[in-house]
Amino acid sequence: MKTVIKQLTEAFGPSGYETEVTALIQSMVKEHVDEVKTDVLGNLIAVKKGSPDGRKIMFAAHTDEIGLVITHIDDKGFLRFGTVGGVGISTLVGNRVRFAGGAVGAIYQEKGSWKELTIDKLYIDIGAENKEDAQKKVKLGEFGIFHREFEDLGVRLIAKSMDDRVGCAVLIEALKKIDAPKNTLYFVFTSQEEVGLRGARTAAYGIEPDLGIALDVTLTGDMPEARRMDVSLGRGAAIKVKDSSLIAHPKVKDLLVDLAEEKQIPYQMEVLDAGGTDAGAIHLTKTGVPSGAISIPTRYVHTPSEMVDIRDVEACVDLVVALADKDLTSI
Amino acid sequence: MEIKQVFRTLSESSGVSGYEHDLASTLQENCPWADEIKTDKLGNVIMLKKGQGTGPKPKVMLAGHMDEIGLIITKIEKEGFLRFGTIGGFDQRVLLAQEVVVHGKERLTGIIGAKPPHIQAPGEQGQAVKMDDLFIDIGFDSQEQAAKYVRVGDIATMKRDVLDLQGSIMAGKSFDDRAGVAAIFECFKVLEQVSHKADVYGVATVQEEVGLRGAITSTYGIVPDIGIAIDVGFGDSPGLPESDTIKLSQGPGVAIGPHVHPKVHARMVETAKEWNISYSSDPSPSPGGTDAYAIQVARAGVATILLSIPLRYMHTPIETIDYEDVKRTGRLMAMFIAGLDNEFVEGLTCF
Amino acid sequence: MLLARLTEANGAPGQEGEVRDLIRAEIEPYVQEVKTDALGNLIALKNPDAPGPRVMLAAHMDEVALMIVGIEGNGFLKFRPIGGVDPRVLVAKSVVVGSKKIPGVIGSKPIHLQKPPERERAFTMQELLIDIGAKNKEEAERLVKLGECAYFTTKYEEFGHGKVKAKALDDRVGCDLAIRLLKEDIALPLIVAFTVQEEVGLRGAGVATYQAKPDIALVLEGTTASDVPGTDEHKHATTVGSGPCITVIDRASIPHPPLVQELFAIAEEEGIKVQVRRNTAGGTDAGQIQLAEEGVKVATIAVPCRYIHSPVSVMSKDDYEGAFKLAKSYLNRLQEREASR
Repeated sequence: MKTVIKQLTEAFGPSGYETEVTALIQSMVKEHVDEVKTDVLGNLIAVKKGSPDGRKIMFAAHTDEIGLVITHIDDKGFLRFGTVGGVGISTLVGNRVRFAGGAVGAIYQEKGSWKELTIDKLYIDIGAENKEDAQKKVKLGEFGIFHREFEDLGVRLIAKSMDDRVGCAVLIEALKKIDAPKNTLYFVFTSQEEVGLRGARTAAYGIEPDLGIALDVTLTGDMPEARRMDVSLGRGAAIKVKDSSLIAHPKVKDLLVDLAEEKQIPYQMEVLDAGGTDAGAIHLTKTGVPSGAISIPTRYVHTPSEMVDIRDVEACVDLVVALADKDLTSI
Repeated sequence: MEIKQVFRTLSESSGVSGYEHDLASTLQENCPWADEIKTDKLGNVIMLKKGQGTGPKPKVMLAGHMDEIGLIITKIEKEGFLRFGTIGGFDQRVLLAQEVVVHGKERLTGIIGAKPPHIQAPGEQGQAVKMDDLFIDIGFDSQEQAAKYVRVGDIATMKRDVLDLQGSIMAGKSFDDRAGVAAIFECFKVLEQVSHKADVYGVATVQEEVGLRGAITSTYGIVPDIGIAIDVGFGDSPGLPESDTIKLSQGPGVAIGPHVHPKVHARMVETAKEWNISYSSDPSPSPGGTDAYAIQVARAGVATILLSIPLRYMHTPIETIDYEDVKRTGRLMAMFIAGLDNEFVEGLTCF
Repeated sequence: MLLARLTEANGAPGQEGEVRDLIRAEIEPYVQEVKTDALGNLIALKNPDAPGPRVMLAAHMDEVALMIVGIEGNGFLKFRPIGGVDPRVLVAKSVVVGSKKIPGVIGSKPIHLQKPPERERAFTMQELLIDIGAKNKEEAERLVKLGECAYFTTKYEEFGHGKVKAKALDDRVGCDLAIRLLKEDIALPLIVAFTVQEEVGLRGAGVATYQAKPDIALVLEGTTASDVPGTDEHKHATTVGSGPCITVIDRASIPHPPLVQELFAIAEEEGIKVQVRRNTAGGTDAGQIQLAEEGVKVATIAVPCRYIHSPVSVMSKDDYEGAFKLAKSYLNRLQEREASR
């Protein structure tokens, strides 16, 4: 599983431009599912058919990561940029970016107080000597991502875009383990979550699931002077109660808790102050879809060094596998 | 139960966004006028009162949201105090010293506290206490004790019995928007006495306070010709400019704005004048903030209007209304519905 | 001239009637069907039964305006913006109010009676009032109703070197382009949606798309150009005179990359000067169109306009012609591909 996470997190896939990631995922899953297809928004949908009296579950993990877009190339070959998704200023200065065409650059800032920094005071240096030189390497409107490699620290792993490649990895691992499920399972690797849960919205409209479950990261409160949050690394899968996009359907939340207890899967309850997931889009589809989320506790979300605990990841896989055969008539 | 009493019961019950299921039975047991009552997948309660006659009928949807803003437990401190976040928009200043009910394994009494005034630094009293510094004291002495009854993710609601002030003025919690739900009932009661062609779907919607969510899915299911959202509006009170408020005791505010279909507006105002029902004009340049915003853009679009019951001190436990305004709103909707025919409805897509 | 008539017509979000009537009269002879929906979107269908991908063109009819929310005892009108308006552009402008077009002025305290520090501070919306010259509240109430809107009175004019000044270029320029394209010889199933209420949350577009069910959509807009003194070059967003701009990303959508690439390729092949929209802020109807039902392939072509959302905006005629050429070329290509199948 660590190899899958490494491959996925090192791939290029900012919102709207996820094809490298979806191609990779397709190669990993196609032999293990009954059907694979892509839709207009670039969602990758892999289906494992269940028995006729089972229900339709849509699992969603997003393939896109936050990134940058080039808005200007100046006479000296420096680049100015805008953000794609929620990119924090403090995560940029001194870091490196990699563009769709392969160019790599460093991000720095204009002079002045750190507190007054805004995106338009930052720039990227791709080592070009002048504008022409830069234009050979990049173009206006080109997208870029954090350039950072995956590291295996043993029980814990660090990489950029754990949000949400680790969620994708959970679904990939789960679908490999599931055989002849009772319920029909749609494993949807969604696009453009970071810019507004967009892929999930159109995917869910097409699928019309009976139950929606997002697999995404959530924050933790177990670092020094951390913002208060009662989720920690190593305490298991986080079962979401609420975030800004979703109040988990109480029956779905309770079902996940009961399932975790029954199968003795370590879990913790998650209340997320700000931030949303694909379940936020899924649950408002058509006449409504009872939905919830299984979250992978992650430190340093939306930085190039997001950290997860492999035991939590495995607990999430186990919970997804358990849902495959669960009787959902009560929902 | 008399509708005003149902309203009192609803106000004193708990139904925070996402957790409205306990209210459903009160609604179902007290709506004798509906031909059919069902709950949809998100918990919206849909009460259908069928129109008279055969053939195709106009479909009207009335929406009043039953969810209230509330608190959610985010952590149990080791001394047994509870930390919390909010569901929906709270002014943090109204929370200090408020009594609450924590819905854990049982209903627990709690008090929202902070550092006492005596040991605050000079100048601190001039600053609002931040949400992060507040806690709920449920009277336990340790995390172990508390954890037997409460866990992270449990909900807490304001504790408040309805107060009768002078005349028909009342104060209580969650009048936003159980007053709207009560107006739907008042409308049904009047409709029982008049003939109406239209099928009326009275919907007690869920999760309005966190993003108009119930309205999105319920409208998709019903596909109404006309959607009437009944919510509360800013009642007149000292310090608020007149052009931003609606006077109490003069009936509902009838909105004008992008979220209001001009023909529906004209007909509503005509109805009010014809039946001598007082109302206020409520110009609203911003279409958002109520279920009307969600209803209007379902599928191929819905002709919508917003009626606002004037309410003071919105989003506090002492919301204040004139119950007569609830009745006026109910009556206005009923007489509007009574006057609907297929021709009017067909004309709504003609611009 | 059509663009002049379009920009001089008045249509606030939810009150687009004058614009809608003008457009409807202009397009009726060229399409098979014209209809409206419950929100007032105007939807035209050309060749509805033709084979080929269903293409939708979208432009919004509404402009930002000021809604009358109160009438003071002295006959002055209180207002609030409907759509985004910077309060600083309002003071000392003339307006007309409502369908009766009652003339008024937005007044403030005379400079002579202001203390110097006062003049440094911008007027807030609450301090501004519209004076229609009424003697008292009763007279004002006879002329104007609450909920009516006040509009700027800017006249369309061509000036400078190939430039146009007008109000509401956002998005009457898009409407104009859509009308011109609709009048062309096109064999594909074409839906042209003149949408409502874009300025208050992209409200009409999703509803129109649900009805149109297109495969592909092109949004035609007027977008912000900040290529003026005092703005660093990298903050310009777009440059007036550098051609129509193609959106790569904005707040509401990331247009369909293959479609975006195709538009750039066409521009290159046909020698049409185009630019990338160099800003991630703002949003267009594409945001709602893209996410309708199971998804739609969208792109936005916009004419750069200085000073949008103010009484007077400025664009270049060349950019406007470039936008037309680009959209027309794209439709031609689509047609050719369809014909060769």
